[in-house]
Amino acid sequence: MSALDPNELVAQVTRQLEDVKDPELPFLTVQEMGMLRDIYFKDGHTVIEITPTYSGCPATDVITQSTLEAARVADPNAEVKIVMSPAWTTDWISEEARQKMEDHGIAPPIGQSHDRAFLTGDGKVIPCPKCKTKNTKMMSAFGSTACKASFTCLDCFEPFEHFKCI
Amino acid sequence: MNNTQLKDTLLRLGDDAMILAQRLGEWCGHAPILEEDIALTNVALDLIGQTQSYYTLAGKLNENGLKTDDELAFFRTDMEYQNLLIVEQPNGHFGDTIIRQFLFDNFAILRAEHLASQTVNKDVAAIAAKAVKEIRYHADHSGKWVRRLGDGTKESHDKIQESLNNIWKYTGEMFTADDTDKAAIEAGLLPDFETMKSQWDAAVDVVLKEAGLDRPEDSWMQQGGRKGVHTEHLGYILAEMQVLPRTYPDATW
Repeated sequence: MSALDPNELVAQVTRQLEDVKDPELPFLTVQEMGMLRDIYFKDGHTVIEITPTYSGCPATDVITQSTLEAARVADPNAEVKIVMSPAWTTDWISEEARQKMEDHGIAPPIGQSHDRAFLTGDGKVIPCPKCKTKNTKMMSAFGSTACKASFTCLDCFEPFEHFKCI
Repeated sequence: MNNTQLKDTLLRLGDDAMILAQRLGEWCGHAPILEEDIALTNVALDLIGQTQSYYTLAGKLNENGLKTDDELAFFRTDMEYQNLLIVEQPNGHFGDTIIRQFLFDNFAILRAEHLASQTVNKDVAAIAAKAVKEIRYHADHSGKWVRRLGDGTKESHDKIQESLNNIWKYTGEMFTADDTDKAAIEAGLLPDFETMKSQWDAAVDVVLKEAGLDRPEDSWMQQGGRKGVHTEHLGYILAEMQVLPRTYPDATW
């Protein structure tokens, strides 16, 4: 048991978690993705609450594991709790993270998830992350991971992925 | 609603998703175009995720041994599975798969919307809140394909009309409540099936009309899945799905 006071322990765990990446978007942290919901001290140890992006996202297990490993550097008794409610939404992805996505060739989610046009991008223009043209076309509503759809740019011909807005 | 009824309701939610996911997974590497290969298996992935969550809840209520999501998936026989018959029907050609998906998605979304808004069971509401977003996306996808194939060439139209006619007899079961369902409806966990049926009719009719497809008459409906009486197909699905964990029960990734 650490002799640190709970606030300091939570602060240390929080710092440790700053580097935990999303394995499917390795340039983004779990925090930037909005999956890290809460960190608090309870019953003698820190508890980290994580909300998965998609029900079947295979990255969830890896994220839980790497979060736990990072947190336990500061608090050997840290615990990860998966919280389903409220359901994760792309609205929680930070502005910086959206910019990083675009820098890495992934068109970030556009607009707010309560906008029903989010569904397939119907009536919504997804600009090409490379040449920024708006002349793009959806190739598939699905992509290489549960969270993405496949597009192609009709100007520079770059195939790219769009992070679905849910 | 007693514990057994709640457990069975959770298992049914999981079983519907599990078996359909297993079917969709069969398309991996076989779909007509790459985009559809990815789409069908992505839908399967969402459904497996939903299954895991529902099974985990059901396992907590299970007193006779099977506790975890994996145990419930891999160590129950066909007669212990309570999925709808429609989800175990063979993939057939792409049109058969799309029609099956379309009819099920439109049912699943209504059920999930209610599950997400009910306040009887908060754990179920949390799972369903996530599932609603996913199923809405699936329904949009299958609906678009129904329009495209129905309103496509004469061949695609005729083939998907036949798919629709063939599978229609499995749609009645979605809205037939047995004692378990009645208890869950009474408790407010599941939506009223008659209301759900009329909403489903309306949603399905819109798409079929746009697709230029004739809606089959509601006549005799095949059922039995909810009490473990399945078509011959389920046994083969489970044999393939369960052979490894049944042969090597301690196997891990």
